[in-house]
Amino acid sequence: MLLRHTTAEVTERTALTINPAKTCQPIGAMYAALGVHGCLPHSHGSQGCCSYHRSTLTRHYKEPVMAATSSFTEGSSVFGGQANLLQAFETIFTVYNPDIVAVHTTCLSETIGDDISQIISKAKADGKIPEGKHAIHANTPSYVGSHITGFANMAKSLVTNFAEGTGEDKKQINLLPGWVEPPDMRELKCLAHRMGVDVIMFPDTSDVLDAPQTGKHELYPKGGATVAQIRSAGDSIGTIGLGHSASTRAASALEEKCEVANEMLELPIGLQATDRLIEAMRVMAGVKVPDIITDERGRLLDMIADMHQYIHGKRVALWGDPDQLVSLCDFLVCLDMKPVYILTGTPSTRFEKRVRAVLGDSVPDVKIRKGSGADMFLMHQWIKQESVDLLIGNTYGKYIARDENIPFVRHGFPILDRVGHAYFPTVGYRGGMYLLEKILNAFMDRQDREALEEKFELTM
Amino acid sequence: MAHDAHEVKKEMVAIYPKKLGKKRAEQIVVTELGPDGSVPEIKANVRSSPGIITQRGCAYAGCKGVVIGPSRDILSIVHGPIGCSFYAWLTRRNQTRPPSDSDPNFITYCLSTDMTEQEIVFGGEKKLKAAIKEAYDVFHPKAIAVFSTCPVGLIGDDVHAVARQMKEELGINVFAFSCEGYRGVSQSAGHHIANNQLFKHVIGLNELAHEDKFTINLLGEYNIGGDAFVIEDLFRRCGIKLIATFSGNSDYDSMANSHTADLNLVMCHRSINYMAEMMEKKFGIPWLKINFIGAAATAKSLRKIAEYFDDAELKAKVETVIAEEMPKVDVAQKDVKSRCQGKTAMLFVGGSRAHHYQVLFKEMGMEIVAAGYEFGHRDDYEGRKVLPTIKVDADSKNIEEIEVRPDETRYVPRLSQERKAQLADPELEFQDYVGMMPEMEDGTLVIDDISHHETERLIELYKPSIFCAGIKEKYAVQKMGIPCKQLHSYDYGGPYAGFEGAINFYREIDRMVNMKVWSLVKAPWQTLAPQPEPAPVAAD
Ligand code: SF4
Ligand code: SF4
Repeated sequence: MLLRHTTAEVTERTALTINPAKTCQPIGAMYAALGVHGCLPHSHGSQGCCSYHRSTLTRHYKEPVMAATSSFTEGSSVFGGQANLLQAFETIFTVYNPDIVAVHTTCLSETIGDDISQIISKAKADGKIPEGKHAIHANTPSYVGSHITGFANMAKSLVTNFAEGTGEDKKQINLLPGWVEPPDMRELKCLAHRMGVDVIMFPDTSDVLDAPQTGKHELYPKGGATVAQIRSAGDSIGTIGLGHSASTRAASALEEKCEVANEMLELPIGLQATDRLIEAMRVMAGVKVPDIITDERGRLLDMIADMHQYIHGKRVALWGDPDQLVSLCDFLVCLDMKPVYILTGTPSTRFEKRVRAVLGDSVPDVKIRKGSGADMFLMHQWIKQESVDLLIGNTYGKYIARDENIPFVRHGFPILDRVGHAYFPTVGYRGGMYLLEKILNAFMDRQDREALEEKFELTM
Repeated sequence: MAHDAHEVKKEMVAIYPKKLGKKRAEQIVVTELGPDGSVPEIKANVRSSPGIITQRGCAYAGCKGVVIGPSRDILSIVHGPIGCSFYAWLTRRNQTRPPSDSDPNFITYCLSTDMTEQEIVFGGEKKLKAAIKEAYDVFHPKAIAVFSTCPVGLIGDDVHAVARQMKEELGINVFAFSCEGYRGVSQSAGHHIANNQLFKHVIGLNELAHEDKFTINLLGEYNIGGDAFVIEDLFRRCGIKLIATFSGNSDYDSMANSHTADLNLVMCHRSINYMAEMMEKKFGIPWLKINFIGAAATAKSLRKIAEYFDDAELKAKVETVIAEEMPKVDVAQKDVKSRCQGKTAMLFVGGSRAHHYQVLFKEMGMEIVAAGYEFGHRDDYEGRKVLPTIKVDADSKNIEEIEVRPDETRYVPRLSQERKAQLADPELEFQDYVGMMPEMEDGTLVIDDISHHETERLIELYKPSIFCAGIKEKYAVQKMGIPCKQLHSYDYGGPYAGFEGAINFYREIDRMVNMKVWSLVKAPWQTLAPQPEPAPVAAD
């Protein structure tokens, strides 16, 4: 047994997290910053954090993840990191020539209390930030919130630094994708394009973290939202924010700064959540939904109807990030599956309410936990008490899956041992089909592996 | 290699702001072996410049990730916000094989105090205490190790006092590491801190006696990809008794018992030389630098051990094992040479692998065009003979140097002075390490703490057949159309140690440098000679 010390009996823990279901803010900020064209993320702290965040994102995407660090030493931790950051700006703009440096803080610089706005002003005054170049920042203390908070903070920082309302009415809508994968962002743009809606999307990591093999390493790949695009978000008709945990801050900031009204939706994972996005875009942009999208919806529906026997009533345990979990539950309920255990390490006040809203009364005995104490050790203990038919979550679930012999669909962050998430969307109707295919395969592969010989089916 | 390394160096540093360029120039040297065996001086183990994009990580990574993490039954609790613990969770591929299903194995668990703002403001000692107690209640370990991350030192939590108190309360061994990420300039500081605390709190606690004739410890082997398994098997076949490995596939009791061995073998000099030195001083255990990466290097290392024990039977057994293994190696070597001979490699990684792995490439007939460490010191480059001349700078001077004296009852000199003198042959590297540079061809570039910019320029200029580095560099290099072999994680392959590992490595590199995909980067229409623009069709 890989997790041989995990027992069904739950003892009360108040101080110890075992096998976390979240990580720290800066990695989210780094991910968000990579979704801006020509942007180099910069970690203001000692260099280990940056190294860990880059490594984890790289293992997840199998792509270069470039970022710089302030490389604090003991001296900087006593005297503050101003000198380090000033020097970093000089080196970065000279050597790596980005359009933007997006600084996020770490536990260390937050505990010291470095004032990044002030340091950036000083850098500007000292001529360390060349004409036409930008340095922005987000405060991302890791002892508050989680990686999702960090993403939300950097997304908001893009708004506060760049978005501008000029008074011009641009026939475009802002689509804040939340923390989803590059192929998801591409799919969202594709959906909007097919509807004839011009969208401004940021962050946008498509064509950044899924860049093609060309024989040349582009330090700043062609993807990412441009500063001009983000700036123009202030003149859009409205904003659709996807995923409350990841996108609310940026959406509200846009409203506050540029009076662009927003509509917040759950992530468009699965049939109904996608329906709601399409509806919202249709109404906000005043367009018609083309048949190609309605047909796609029909194909997903068809697939569900055809294969329902393999999935209905199955008990599912899920862990991961709040926005993803809410929408996954929504989809599972629509498939007549039963999300029985749902857990996120991210502290989120409205999480349970949101999950219950999508579950309705379909899973009366559901267990939901969030924030401190909600870890994968607890999840495993629940499973040991009463098992489930399927696990959905990040790669760390493979240890539970193997020990307990439970089919496992990888979803969320990080996925370190498979590649599909980096290429195929799970949002939109097509994403729903991809996700459903994975769920079906998990059950069917198991049936094929374990069926008695005389019960081995050719057609399924 | 048509390039003048001195020119390349100049070109590489030209872009930097002046002061930085000057500093980097001291960390880049062109090898040249003097008649007296001297090599040029390199600047190493100095801070990375902010913004330069370094490969390096932090002291915590070196302490928890590298040195302590691989041992399976010391329960590690990371005291700090969640991230540091999360990222070190199973990501180093330390394989371990508990003797039975009921023996403890904590490798798959990630424990953290998940500090919140509350603790940052009011202190985290209370939470740490509670966490240790809760961890004890769940796991009942023999030993608990506590690791401090960046904010802990700053808010002034006394992790050592908490450890002492909990040790008393729980009746098990509890010890802590002040391995905050800002200490030192790289992972290297963390290695040192880990060595110190293991030495103070674990070594010498288990007096189990051994009847075996040839008892050793293996220091600085972390069982990435199963390397230690291969080496253990070689020892077994030679009749050498391995007491403890630091720290691949290891457990607490064996480490506590390691002072009973008669010889320490040092694999990764950078991460563990402190331990070898301290055990020498306190218990009288001599050490030997060995290297089990590369078939010839493995054979040589086994022979060195036999030479040390100076026993005819052992020597014979070692020769038998080598004779059993070498024919397979030769066949594999010959096979890959037909496809790899003359190809070029660059290695930029760690603190010993960039040296050790050169051997394997040379065995395949490949040429090393540039190499360097991520966190090596001058002695890892130039050899231990430069130790007396190394100046410790302000960034590293706060790392504790333990003063060690011979143990009153347990110091047993293993060798007579006369025998020691006999072993002083430089080839043997008895209590010595010659370093990377003396073994490299003249005119090769050696770069310490290489930056991303330098990496790209090197690749553009030299177009090596393969580049070796870590996960952060891997895909950037590959985007340039050059295969990149990870030498931290082995790209989830391995083992590469010993004879069996050498064969695995040859095949792996052969696969990588001869992959079809590198020749398919251009689409057919991208390789066409430029066509004249079609003449505009006249409108009728
Ligand atoms: S938790 Fe803090 S110190 Fe640890 S990796 Fe994250 S930012 Fe760095
Ligand atoms: S082999 Fe390299 S990575 Fe491993 S401990 Fe030694 S220096 Fe570190």
